Amino acid sequence: MKYAYFPGCSAESTARDLYLSTMAVARALGIEFTEPEAWSCCGTTMAHQVDHDLSLSLAAVNLLKVKDMGLDMVVSCASCYSRMKIANHEISTNPKKREIVSAALGRDYDGAVKVRHFVEILIEDIGLDAFKKALTHSLGGLKVASYYGCLMVRPPEVAGFDDPENPVYMDRLINAMGGVGLDWPHKVECCGGSLTLTRSDLVVKLSESIIAMAKDSGAECMAVACPMCQINLDMRQDDIFKAAGRRYDMPIIYISQLMGSCLGISEDALGLNKLIVSPKEAMNHVRSSVRS
Amino acid sequence: MPIKIKREAAGQGIIDQVKALSGIDVNACLQCKKCTNGCPVSGFTSSSPSEIIKKLQLGAGEELLDSEIIWVCSSCATCFSRCPMEINMAEVMDALRARGAAKPQGNMPLMNKLLLGTIKTFGRTYDLGAMVLYKAGTASYAKDLDKLPMILKKGKIALLPPHGADKKMVKRIFNNLEKTRKKST
Ligand code: SF4
Ligand code: SF4
Repeated sequence: MKYAYFPGCSAESTARDLYLSTMAVARALGIEFTEPEAWSCCGTTMAHQVDHDLSLSLAAVNLLKVKDMGLDMVVSCASCYSRMKIANHEISTNPKKREIVSAALGRDYDGAVKVRHFVEILIEDIGLDAFKKALTHSLGGLKVASYYGCLMVRPPEVAGFDDPENPVYMDRLINAMGGVGLDWPHKVECCGGSLTLTRSDLVVKLSESIIAMAKDSGAECMAVACPMCQINLDMRQDDIFKAAGRRYDMPIIYISQLMGSCLGISEDALGLNKLIVSPKEAMNHVRSSVRS
Repeated sequence: MPIKIKREAAGQGIIDQVKALSGIDVNACLQCKKCTNGCPVSGFTSSSPSEIIKKLQLGAGEELLDSEIIWVCSSCATCFSRCPMEINMAEVMDALRARGAAKPQGNMPLMNKLLLGTIKTFGRTYDLGAMVLYKAGTASYAKDLDKLPMILKKGKIALLPPHGADKKMVKRIFNNLEKTRKKST
């Protein structure tokens, strides 16, 4: 299967591990990814908070590249996913916005390129049966709280990802890998990641309530698909300890890293060494499932 | 808690400007407060999303931009997702922030501006570059940057600025939008 893969800025910086593991999993499953040539920033958070039309135009210039490729756009970063979807939605439903964006780009864009999250194509295109057949290892009963956060699921009429209040796509992948996708209440709560640099006091509170709930629900690790959630929940645990004296040691692992480990890909190639809270104990559950 | 508002001298308040910027008509709000109940930050701030809407409806003026929640809102869109009237409060917050960017509160606008600057220059975000400038520009809140050494050690952030983007195109977008804006004002 062929797709245009949009890495996003974080793939080169704070979410190198997400990028590496996504590419490795795609390769192992025979998914063909081509990057749009000279792609640029999707117009994420800071752009939409400062200048809405700029944010739409920055997304659209990349969507237009993918339109020329004649493929669906696949994204692994939840933030890019959300921005691309919002741009498509506004451009296709609001003629005035379409006009502004077309003037900025010097070319008309209709908002029609399909944008899909990597997790979506696994469930919807590859299918769980084919995915299971490709697995060489199992999660060995590892209990995982999958955390979707804000950007993948909201606003629902724009994102259209799974069920906005109780998404299960990642859980289905985890169960298929022989793990236990936990049913827990904070799957779509906001971790405050976007306030990291401005109101770290609040982020500590929001993050702790999520991590504590995962722990109380029996999680041995959390699975995420958003770079902002990952880095925030991962590095925030130190601050929670300093502020509240509670230590959680909850590994925050990308779903693509969990998948990669069950496809027999090495921990280094998946960027597991970049995680701040060590995933070692959780990854010890992973065992070979190939019968000899 | 009683809601106090000052009517703007012109009488209209900023509700029309919010509508012009976001396309959202907050008059449809029923004050059911589902937005506020789901909002992750309203419990920690002195104002709430439904209160902002009520004040807009009652004709509040520029002083509304001093409300803490506008600058603390995390854009999580829980409010919009649960609103029975489908009012996109997250975008109303964006519009208010854009409106208030001239007199910023907190450091969100500065960080946003710095990150945007890196996009204009490189075509992609250069987070480390923006963080260093940010540290130079603020004294308060900068404490979170004590994370930088750990992030660097883990190789969790790129040292060098990004390359490979279609920089010319990105610059053209910035410039074209500026031109359109000048024409319309
Ligand atoms: S949820 Fe919607 S209708 Fe209810 S108070 Fe909030 S904005 Fe108003
Ligand atoms: S988008 Fe802002 S106002 Fe709405 S629920 Fe989230 S933090 Fe609260």
